[in-house]
Formats: sequence, structure tokens, C-alpha cells
Amino acid sequence: MIATLADSDLRHAVEQFLFREARLADEHRYEEWEALWTDDAIYWAPANGDDIDPEKEMSIIYDNRSRIGVRVRQLLSGKRYTQDPRSGLRRIIGNIEVLGREGDDVRVAANALVFESSQRGETVWASRNEYTLRRTGEGFKLARKKVALVNNDRALYTMSFII
Amino acid sequence: MNMMPAAPVWGDMIRPDRVRGALYRDPAIFELELEHIWYKTWVYVGHESEIANPHDFVLKSIGLQPIIMSRGGDGQVHLLLNRCTHRGNQVCPKEKGNSPMHTCPFHAWNFGSDGKLLGYAFPEGYDGLDKSKHGLGRVPRVASYRGFVFGSFAADGPSLEEHLGGAAETIDRLCDNAPEGEIEITAGFLKHRVKANWKFILENETDGYHPAFVHSSIFSVADSAIGGLYGAKSTALTRDYGNGHTELDLRPEFRKRDQMLSWFGTTPDRLPDYVAKMNSAYGEEKARKIMIDGTPHVMIFPNLFIAEIQIFVIQPLGVNDSVQHVTALQFKGAPDLNRRMRQQTMGSVGPAGFLLADDSEMYERTQRGIQAHDTDWVFLGRGGHRERRDADGFIVSHATDEVPSRGIWKHYRSLMERA
Ligand code: FES
Ligand SMILES: [Fe+2]
Repeated sequence: MIATLADSDLRHAVEQFLFREARLADEHRYEEWEALWTDDAIYWAPANGDDIDPEKEMSIIYDNRSRIGVRVRQLLSGKRYTQDPRSGLRRIIGNIEVLGREGDDVRVAANALVFESSQRGETVWASRNEYTLRRTGEGFKLARKKVALVNNDRALYTMSFII
Repeated sequence: MNMMPAAPVWGDMIRPDRVRGALYRDPAIFELELEHIWYKTWVYVGHESEIANPHDFVLKSIGLQPIIMSRGGDGQVHLLLNRCTHRGNQVCPKEKGNSPMHTCPFHAWNFGSDGKLLGYAFPEGYDGLDKSKHGLGRVPRVASYRGFVFGSFAADGPSLEEHLGGAAETIDRLCDNAPEGEIEITAGFLKHRVKANWKFILENETDGYHPAFVHSSIFSVADSAIGGLYGAKSTALTRDYGNGHTELDLRPEFRKRDQMLSWFGTTPDRLPDYVAKMNSAYGEEKARKIMIDGTPHVMIFPNLFIAEIQIFVIQPLGVNDSVQHVTALQFKGAPDLNRRMRQQTMGSVGPAGFLLADDSEMYERTQRGIQAHDTDWVFLGRGGHRERRDADGFIVSHATDEVPSRGIWKHYRSLMERA
């Protein structure tokens, strides 16, 4: 019973974190979004399949912590034309599953559906997301996020917002 | 939509220093381009290293036509049309693989990796069908330069070497940067779609005027020396090789710096294995020159862009619909450099790239802009007063001048008028 309660507490905390991350991305709150990451973070959107080796093959995004910082600073520069005007975004994170725990890390998977409205038109982005959340003194931090777009093997329009 | 006269008067649309917006907008012109450019001239299809082994294949395209680039059992490269000779079904639906045989799923006709018809189901239904007349269609001319495979739908015409002309040297220069003198394409392609005409992409690849503005966001936040290459004081050159091939020649800037690997934003001590291999392959003196000059930034008309550390292949889908296929270049014998080329490529290009997401934004905005007709001129006159000829007789000018666009349009006009 206690274990079950702990699980549901964990699940609640995980959901709250993912919803917050989604909202910060949707609302272009880049600095707050960047603050979610750990120092050893990996932000990854593979191409041409979900299980490619990003050390050998091209990915749409394969950012370590310092490159996440560059991405955010570019968005904040005021000259990132592809996001000026910004895309209108709202996303749904659903089918959340806690896959396992290892030490302070919790592995989570979810489905994501992002609606983007930009000058180019309206685009729907659908993906399977995997997250590694790390428990810290200040609550969860994001150590790894993988966004496996269902159409990552096809030609994609510019995706310059935070997916 | 514009009403096109039966035969456009190209001289009314293309002048030496300006072209009409309709050229990027009019579906009828797009159809003419398919016929007179994509289905006539040499078009880049793929690299031999993508089909390294016998029976390897990969799906490619020329214009709108689907192509299987396949290596036969004897090692020969074939460009086969991905269309069954029975009733037209797509023979191969798989992006890439290895198979000695392609079986059409519709009625099970079988084709070899060389395109020959091997067999068909229920043969008694045919009164002696001549297999030799029903092999897969093929691109009539196939030629390869340093592993880069081109195809031409014209049964005769200039050879690939004649088509490449002076620009062939840029491909040599690229391959020289590999310790084993060969490049490889092994990292898979990012496919980036834009709602824009393919010629906006073609012209942008060697446009040295835009980086200071379009890419100022990344130059300002990343520790990058690229920005200076495209300033008003740059000594880099734009060059028109003829036949539509154009270059942004950054060597004058790199030679001024006189630092090995400065072209790649690094220093020899960061890539000791690569430098050692280059020294033993070429001798220290020549290796030093190669590593100062770096790789080219060259647009091979109409669709192969070699961008220092990556290649882009432009695919037209419609008058305002195009795809750029992009991947990191890999040098044979240089794993340490290759890794960094992949990392940099992933950061800068593709749908989320620090550079290309802004370039693609400009393609799409220009496509929307030229919906307004006004006089309909797109003005390409920058630097006309300061063009000159280099030692080889090619037109060169300042890095920010519109020599490349003028060269592209001159060739375009000649192809369309020849028609
Ligand atoms: S269309 Fe291919 S076998 Fe019939
Ligand atoms: Fe650019």
C-alpha cells in the first residue's frame, strides 16, 4: 500500500514536471526552460528512425548542455528570424508511463502532439518522447529528453521552436 | 496566376542584372524547367559510397522522377527508374538496402540489381514475352566524378567533365582534404522541406551578402569566426565558373590567417591524428597548404551544394515546394575530424539548425514576397561595377556581390532558350 502511494506521488510529480516543461516550451519562456536541465543534459530528436546511433548518424537535434545554451541564447538574441514572429504553440503530453528508476533518475515515456501555427501555415508534430528526470534538492531536473517524431524519416518543415 | 504565352520570351524575364518574380512563381515555368533542366542537363544523384557493395541500392530522384541508384553484382552503378515496366507500379518502396533482386509487389515481376527483367509470374499468360525489352527504364547517361554520381536524361550532350568545367577542381580540392583522397556519405540525410521555389535555394547557397544579417543571431551567440568572412572588408571572392556553377571562395581569408584548420574553426593540436595522416599522405608542405585552404563552398548547378563540411542536394517538388537533403561529409581515414563534422552539421543545418532554420525562413518569406508583382523585378546587380576576371578567366568579385546569381541566371537562360 505504501509502495502504491509512493508510486502515485511519483507519478503526480512526474506529470507536473512534464506539463510545466511543455508549457514553458509552448510559451517561449526560454530561460525558465533552460533552467530545467542538468549539466550533463542531452536533448535529442533523431532522424530516419527512433533507434539510430546519434554518434554516427544525423539527428535533427542532438544537443549537449552547452549547445542547449546556444540554442536558447540564439532564440533570445532578437534576430532568430525563424521565430520572429514566434510560432503559436500548444501541446498535449499524454499516455505518460513511468518506466523505471535508477538511483535519483526516473525514466518516463509519453506521447506528444504539438500544434504549431506560423506564417508558413499550420503544422502538427507528433512524437514519442522519452525523458530522464533526476531528483535534486530543488525537485526534478531534466537530464535527457528524446523526441522521436513519427515522421522523422520524411522531409520536415523548419522546426525552430522548442519541441 | 500568370498567363504564360506559348513560348516565354526569356530575354524579357531574365536580364543580366535582374529577373522577373514570375520565374519563381509560375507553375508553367516550373514544368518547362523539368523538361529543359532537370530532364536534360547533368543532375547530381548520389555518392558511390552510399552503395558501397554489390546489390546495394538507395532511392533517389531526378526532378520529380523516382530513381533507384543501384550497384549491380558486377560493381557497376545503375540509375534505374523506380517504375515497373508492367503497369507502372513503384518497384522498390524501401529507402535503401541490399538485394540482388527487386520484386514488384503488384504482380510479382522480378528485376535484377542491374535493372534486367529476370522473370514474371504465371508465364503461360504471355506468348513469349521478350525479357530483354522489359527491363527497368534507366537514366541514359550515368557518370561519376570522384565518387559523385550524376545522371542525364539527354541521350547525348556535353560530357560530365565538360558540364563541370572549372568547377571540377573544387571537387578535387574537397577530396584532397581526406587523407585517403576520398569522401564518403555514410551518416544519413536530414530532409528539410520548404514552401519555396528551388531557385531561391540554389541562389542562396553562394550568396555571401545575406550571412551577416540572416545569421547574425548565431554569429553573435556562438564562438564563431564565420561572421568575418562575409563582412564588407572580406577578401573572400564570389566566382562564376560558367554552366551555372558558382563558388564562394573563402581561401583568401584563410590564407591571410595562415593557420592550419582555421577553416574548420580549430587548431592542429585538437586533431592530431588527422594532421598526422595528412602529413604522411601528402608530405608536410602540401598538407599544410591543403589544411590552410580547407574545403570548398561551391554550388554545382542545378542541385549539388558542397558547403565545406556537408553536402546539400536540392530536390524540386513543385513551383513552391522543395526539399534539401543534407548530411555531413566524411573523409576516408579521418575518424576524429569526421566526428566533429557530424556534430557541427547537426547543429547548423536541417529543420532545427542554427543556420538553416533561418535560411529556410528567408526562402519562404521571399516566396511570399514575390506574390506581389509590382514591376516584378528581382534585382541582382550588386557588384556589377567591380567584377573582374581571375587568372583562369572566371568572373570573380567581392564576397557579398551577386556574381553567383548572375551566373546562374545566365546559364538558366541559355538552357531554356536552347529548348
Ligand atoms: S505493375 Fe509491377 S508486376 Fe504488375
Ligand atoms: Fe545562409
